[in-house]
Amino acid sequence: MEHKGPSEEQRPTAAANAGKPPIIMPGHTFASVTDKISSIVLGRRASLGWLFGFSIAFAMTMMLLTAISWLVLRGIGVWGNNIPVGWAWDITNFVWWIGIGHAGTLISAILLLLKQGWRTSINRFAEAMTLFAVACAGIFPLFHTGRPWLAYWLFPYPSTMGVWPQFRSPLMWDVFAVSTYATVSALFWFVGLVPDLATLRDRSTNRYAQWIYGMLAMGWRGSAKHWHRYETAYLLLAGLATPLVVSVHTIVSFDFAVSVIPGWHTTIFPPYFVAGAIYSGFAMVLTLAIPIRAIYGLEDFITMRHLHNMAKIMLATGLIVAYGYMMEAFMAWYSGNPNELFMVLNRMRGPYAPFYWTLILCNVGLPQLLWIRGVRNSPLGLWCVSIIVNIGMWLERFIIIVTSLHRDFLPSSWGMFHPTRWDFMTFFGTIGLFLMLLFLFIRFLPMISIFEMRTILPQAEVEE
Amino acid sequence: MRPPKRHAVYGVMAEFSTPTDAVMAARKAREAGYTRMDAYSPFAVEELSEAVGFHHTRLPLVVLIGGILGCVGGVAMQYWVAAVAYPLNVGGRPLFSWPSFVPITFECTVLAAAASAVFGMLALNGLPMPYHPVFNVGRFAMASRDHFFLVIESTDPKFERHRTADFLLHMDGVQGVEEVPH
Repeated sequence: MEHKGPSEEQRPTAAANAGKPPIIMPGHTFASVTDKISSIVLGRRASLGWLFGFSIAFAMTMMLLTAISWLVLRGIGVWGNNIPVGWAWDITNFVWWIGIGHAGTLISAILLLLKQGWRTSINRFAEAMTLFAVACAGIFPLFHTGRPWLAYWLFPYPSTMGVWPQFRSPLMWDVFAVSTYATVSALFWFVGLVPDLATLRDRSTNRYAQWIYGMLAMGWRGSAKHWHRYETAYLLLAGLATPLVVSVHTIVSFDFAVSVIPGWHTTIFPPYFVAGAIYSGFAMVLTLAIPIRAIYGLEDFITMRHLHNMAKIMLATGLIVAYGYMMEAFMAWYSGNPNELFMVLNRMRGPYAPFYWTLILCNVGLPQLLWIRGVRNSPLGLWCVSIIVNIGMWLERFIIIVTSLHRDFLPSSWGMFHPTRWDFMTFFGTIGLFLMLLFLFIRFLPMISIFEMRTILPQAEVEE
Repeated sequence: MRPPKRHAVYGVMAEFSTPTDAVMAARKAREAGYTRMDAYSPFAVEELSEAVGFHHTRLPLVVLIGGILGCVGGVAMQYWVAAVAYPLNVGGRPLFSWPSFVPITFECTVLAAAASAVFGMLALNGLPMPYHPVFNVGRFAMASRDHFFLVIESTDPKFERHRTADFLLHMDGVQGVEEVPH
């Protein structure tokens, strides 16, 4: 269990692979894999396409800063939030971003424990995606507090006020879950980067680059003893990250499930949220991986096998999510609770009905196209489905949050939510921040784990 | 502890281009009676750490202790805050209402265990260590690309500068042998 020998674990048996595209194209050597991936980072100039994409993402990030500055100046009244819809786009976006992050941890931790060798070429940037998504997610609850400069009150520290946090509240659980998740994801990602940073240190010709990568690599020299401890640490981290990732979205769902609002107070939420998180996360990995592999010519490393497998995971988790929608409606009727039943009928026929039916179309209807082999084999088709699922999963969170709140027990306190331009600017601004961080990552760090790619080559095996 | 005797060189380094050759060489060196050696590779080779005589690491124990401390610390913090420092009567429920403390206890456990895995690994490996004698060898830059190195260290009781170099030079698949200066 301690050792991850390339011989048994990284490579599935030939029989299991019969008829499937390979996880790495034949003919590669340790050197060719290293040079191909590191040259993307060490190449002298950024391409025009990179500069163009980065500029747009940067401009969107500036829009985010503008929106946030205005919010801090004027208060969260600039958003469309009101009473009764106190949680609106901010929490929708928070849950959506956190969910997207989950695929990264799933790929890097759970698929490692399940000995899925194909995860190797996509785990690095999926983990980066996790980190950036969690960063975007954190912005929303932070600014939704209204006084973000006092957000540290959420942490238990001895204050002169003599007040301590309330640990019985799911909102406190959320603080611990999300900050632990962000920290562990960052540690996992950085540990995975260390050997590749050493490669960049040794291969770069620029003195500043050598110095920076050298400091970050911490003097990694590839000693056999170090590798042994490293692999042990990596496996243990994977084992720790696996229950962690399941716990995070479970706790996010507790924010809703522990309340008494119709549509939130339900026991199906934890598994349904986790499945939805994986669903949207894989959709985002495909949304990013398909253009990146085409632009950087990485078809040898991110093969059709990877796209195929991710499409299948999306199909499976999508069906779990569909089951969640079905059970929500069924339990509303079966429980005999008039408020629950009203909530479901209001979703289907009320003022937000068009969004509900778009969500069903995006998350349940159109993804069924993935049953067709031709769609799974076409990068363009898969990319379109992944965008549809991203939209559908955002709508799902919107519907869960807003339709449950806007008409609850008392008709006299019903209301409607309408987003303002600041809602739009904040949301699209975080997409810009996410893309900007991703552009920087692709330019300055190896987006595919070089040392793990070496281990899946046939030459990596020790012949006895 | 007496400081170890200063040797003229750090050791002698042999270069290989396949993991198999490096593993075979390390095994032969051990059979020949060498004990203080290390191998360097661009990726983890399980057989290589076995061959240089490294079998067990205390890291899992470190992580276990970290996890237990995190768990106990999480419960203790919540108990102290909720029942001692700032007791709040919420609907007459017990102050130490432990089921609602489970999520944070779990998160504290994972956080402490993960931090001990990372920092424990670095500490046991002696990292960060920006300078190491092996970096003095120019060819060693290939250790992070596609070459494998075996170093027999001068602290080995059987080490003799020229004889050890000669011994390594006769290994199968050896690409070159160099001395590693301090």
